[in-house]
Amino acid sequence: MVQGVGNSRVFRQDPDLPVPEDVRERVLELEAEGEWVVQRVPEPYAEVPTKYGRTKKVPLAHTWHHKSCGQCGHIPGYSTAIFWLHRKLGLEYDDPRDQTSCTGWNYYASATSNAAAQAAVAARNFAAAYESGYFPLIHCGTSYGHYKEVREELVKHGELRRQVRDILGKLGRPFVMPEEIVHYSEWVYAVRHEIAARRVHDCSEVVVTVHPACHYYKLVQGDAIYDPDIYGGQRTAVVTAVAQALGAQVRDYSTWFDCCGFGFRHILVQRDFTRSFAVGRKIEVMVEEAKPDVVLTHDTGCVTTLDKSQFAAQVHNRKVGVPVMSEAQFAALAMGAHPYRVCQLHWHAADYRPLLEKMGIDWREKWREFEDDLERIRRGEKEYLTWEDVDAEVPVRHFVPAS
Amino acid sequence: MALHAPPRLERYADVPYEEKERLFQEVKADPRFPDYLYGCYECGICVAACPSARFYDFSPRKIAQTLAREDVELFYYQLNEDIWNCSQCFSCNRCPRGNSPGGLITLMREVAVRNGLRSAKEALEGYSRVIYKIMSTGTQVSPDMIQADAFPDWGPVAKETAENLDLWRRALPPETMHTTTTAWEVEDRTLAELYAIWYMTGTMDIIREVDEGLHMILCDVMEELLEEKGYAVAGGGE
Ligand code: SF4
Ligand code: SF4
Repeated sequence: MVQGVGNSRVFRQDPDLPVPEDVRERVLELEAEGEWVVQRVPEPYAEVPTKYGRTKKVPLAHTWHHKSCGQCGHIPGYSTAIFWLHRKLGLEYDDPRDQTSCTGWNYYASATSNAAAQAAVAARNFAAAYESGYFPLIHCGTSYGHYKEVREELVKHGELRRQVRDILGKLGRPFVMPEEIVHYSEWVYAVRHEIAARRVHDCSEVVVTVHPACHYYKLVQGDAIYDPDIYGGQRTAVVTAVAQALGAQVRDYSTWFDCCGFGFRHILVQRDFTRSFAVGRKIEVMVEEAKPDVVLTHDTGCVTTLDKSQFAAQVHNRKVGVPVMSEAQFAALAMGAHPYRVCQLHWHAADYRPLLEKMGIDWREKWREFEDDLERIRRGEKEYLTWEDVDAEVPVRHFVPAS
Repeated sequence: MALHAPPRLERYADVPYEEKERLFQEVKADPRFPDYLYGCYECGICVAACPSARFYDFSPRKIAQTLAREDVELFYYQLNEDIWNCSQCFSCNRCPRGNSPGGLITLMREVAVRNGLRSAKEALEGYSRVIYKIMSTGTQVSPDMIQADAFPDWGPVAKETAENLDLWRRALPPETMHTTTTAWEVEDRTLAELYAIWYMTGTMDIIREVDEGLHMILCDVMEELLEEKGYAVAGGGE
């Protein structure tokens, strides 16, 4: 149970409230009408509950990893941890080069694009996944939310479909819509008990606060995972369910619904807003109300904003200094992943060392090991760190180019 | 309690009403518009949820109300003064009327940019390098953009990252991420397809409208690869 949230509340859908139509049914109808191909969720998959009581299929393996520009650029432990978890669970995946960003960050920041361009970029990536035979698993909260918006628009507007089909025809690509649009945190939710079974570090003393990412559950809400056992089904269950499965203490705080302050353009060109909001409405409230050892979230922008905004506030003696990471990084740490080789915590700004100590991880020793790696690379003895170096060399498709 | 000054509509008195009306109609003509606005109860739930309303003199309720009432003068004021404050978080989607004030703002921003409004150009000042990066590489903030002078408020980690960038990127197990100028490795074929999308959807025309210099640089980079990959580029638009 989440501390601070009464468990007496039971989420029941008001029978008089209109439930939005299930867009996935229209997706299949449009396939039957010959408008596009629907890429089916491959087996094995888990069936998970969503906001309006429908189930959603989450593929467990054979996934095409739609990476995120922010995460790969400056918090690379976010994606590395997701890959590492797949490997440790023996679930194969593809890490493609035939992938662009959804370009949603730029779109929400500058609007220097339009509906057709955004839909075509999405459809190009979907086509690339389909042609690889692997099913899209989307790392970024914004890409996930944006693609769900694009799907709604394509379903509703025949003219937009025509435009996108024409463009894909010129690129020599098929027009494909995935059966489900799946975020990585839904995959982590689906395999959380597998992860917990492999936990090697005790998390029971770790206090966690969760920031649910806006674009995960506020944009096209029906797809987000809501679980009656988590928050009585009142909030999305991803991230929280994982921390609880690992035995951590999840504590509530009053501004959980607030965004992180990223702002898309603000984080780049108006960071006074970003810093103030991230500190004043999120981190300080968490510290005052929950005293967390770590903030867990599931989007690139949120990790960056909540982590990097704390430094300047320290100067003003604000209540900050809480490490921020994805639940995948936290889960990987609990499973014994190297904090630097895998979780890449040296890219993070807020001090994560007290958390590692609480989990019984000797960060000094780990940093020494990592420095040795760096030295070997520097001396040319090694070109790169490899999966073998992080004890995760499993025979996944990654190493075998498609025939 | 914060007291806000009423909007100074006279600031845009010299812009002809017809021009304001034209831009208003352009927003309304977007096929997404009816999905984002069903009317407004003026309940303010969106404002309570809005991060930008806490920081700026800004209100998603006013945006929804103005568009619902078709108040063209106020619309034009908001198009210039308000829309760039929005964080595009879509917390306002909890509107009980089913509106998406954030979505309406996206549409207004598109119109402001497409028409090259001065306020849009000002809002995008300092942002060109990001547009260049995403449009030319298919990934946005690349590792080499994290520099101490660009992110002084991020503390020593920005400096350390910049100083060790190449080494730290090599110390990443995923093979696609040993890059410094892009977030991950993107194939040339993929990039050429992305460029073709920008041309075929009129995105290049949008860029020309807000930043001619950027448009020229992007054309140079894109046309070379497009030609190499066998795409014919006509003009700088279609
Ligand atoms: S929440 Fe909806 S109905 Fe209420 S003021 Fe905002 S836009 Fe209007
Ligand atoms: S999308 Fe914009 S208007 Fe809506 S809540 Fe977020 S900041 Fe406010």
